[in-house]
Amino acid sequence: MGWENYQRLFDDPLFATAWTNTGYFTLLALVFGFAAPFAVAVVLNEFRHARSYLRMTVYLPVMLPPIVTMLLWRWFYDPGPGLFNNVLEVFHLPAQQWLESEHLAMISLVLVATWANMGTTTLIYLAALGSIPGELYEAAELDGASVRQRLRHVTIPQMRFILMITLLLQVIGTMQVFVEPFVLTGGGPDDATVTVLLLLYRYAFVYNDFGMASAMSTLLFVVLGLFAALYLRLTRSKG
Amino acid sequence: MPAASTERTLIAPSEMNRRTGRLLYRFVLVLTVLGFTLAFVFPLYWMASGALKSSAELADPDPSLLPQSWHPESYSQAWTNVGLGQYFLNTLLLAVGAWLIQLLVDVAAAYALSKLRPVLGNVVLGMMLATLMLPVSALLVPTYLTVADLPFIHVNLINTPWAIWLPACANAFNIFILKRFFDQIPAELLESARLDGAGPVRVLLWVVLPLSRPVLAVVSIFAVVGVWKDFLWPLLVLPDPARQPITVALNRLAEFMPANQLLAGMVMASIPLLVIFLIFQRHIIAGLTAGSLKG
Repeated sequence: MGWENYQRLFDDPLFATAWTNTGYFTLLALVFGFAAPFAVAVVLNEFRHARSYLRMTVYLPVMLPPIVTMLLWRWFYDPGPGLFNNVLEVFHLPAQQWLESEHLAMISLVLVATWANMGTTTLIYLAALGSIPGELYEAAELDGASVRQRLRHVTIPQMRFILMITLLLQVIGTMQVFVEPFVLTGGGPDDATVTVLLLLYRYAFVYNDFGMASAMSTLLFVVLGLFAALYLRLTRSKG
Repeated sequence: MPAASTERTLIAPSEMNRRTGRLLYRFVLVLTVLGFTLAFVFPLYWMASGALKSSAELADPDPSLLPQSWHPESYSQAWTNVGLGQYFLNTLLLAVGAWLIQLLVDVAAAYALSKLRPVLGNVVLGMMLATLMLPVSALLVPTYLTVADLPFIHVNLINTPWAIWLPACANAFNIFILKRFFDQIPAELLESARLDGAGPVRVLLWVVLPLSRPVLAVVSIFAVVGVWKDFLWPLLVLPDPARQPITVALNRLAEFMPANQLLAGMVMASIPLLVIFLIFQRHIIAGLTAGSLKG
């Protein structure tokens, strides 16, 4: 009888939609949320001024309750008196349907998520950048390496391990996205932002169908477990 | 960490000290400071100042940087009329309770695993650490079903604070960092206390805990902040509106509240966390990087 739940799960047309949307969200979140904090951290690490101010401000959004962040951004995204369309208007750009457009909605969710979470990643990168031995840069400089070459041949190889770790943790974290679509779009428009966890929530707590919700939990567990196993192997082999 | 990184980084001091280097440095620094302020501080200002504007001004599609007329009363209205004061106190109760019970259970567990060393202690520790790899969201349904009907005693904890407090205790990360800290306390210290006739509980209270203040601070901060920020779990286990924390209440009431009062409520829900952050910045950042680099 347990298999029947899986059968019903696969028969739900939203099932595939939810996984595709979640994959899309994860991918976009990596594009914004993986590269941006690294670039920011590399720049911040060069500064000799305003160091603690910059570290503090980038981490501020992390301290907000996620629900406050979402309600705040819902207001910013408001097509009427919203801040973002006001700013666009100042620059004579056309107003956007941030959350109402099928194409833009997911990107809008990723923007919020990146804003809210990039502080953590940035501070982790900064700690790792600080522990790169200075002699490596000096040696590369003596060999005549330019700043760009030093970045490519010293910084990035030295950061490879921590970059892999945060990449995996970020995939695991963003695949569990829930508050963003729950508060900002409710899964719409036209199911464009229904994610795995949002669908799981609906199965269990809207339709009271715990069988289907458990089947979905198991699948989510297996998929995330693969990434977690990869993470464990990486951290173990590095000691 | 900061001292080491000021020595030598990507860009050489000689490059930085050139005329173009210095100009470029100033330019990028000013740009970054302005950009960060705009991106991360301004939204908070916009929220707090929006709460001070009148409803009519908030609906104006052409907003002004400073409120045209000041309405600090929206804060007191949100607190009393909408009843956010009660929800705020609910959150406080959940956070403080979770903190105390979490400390009690996790310190006891870590102390037992580190110093009392029961049979099969390492197996227990390994199983606890394995739960770190379980994604929270995949556990949502099983944990909910457990809380709704506790095994063996068949008690329903839905709509009681225990539905928040008990699952919060099962925190392998806390037990792990507490145990790692306790492991570093020299055995001779405990031994000499024991020779003076102190039992295991007294050793914990008089020797181990006073030495563990830094790690207790980190665990405490993360316990309070975690419960304060949480939304999904209290949404599920506290369906009774009178018992909900402020995060769940804000989301439920958002449609019905005047915009300025909603913003005031959002500010009130954030202030305790921002205060904690300003006071314990060092601890939070240290805990964050330690947990991710070595965990």
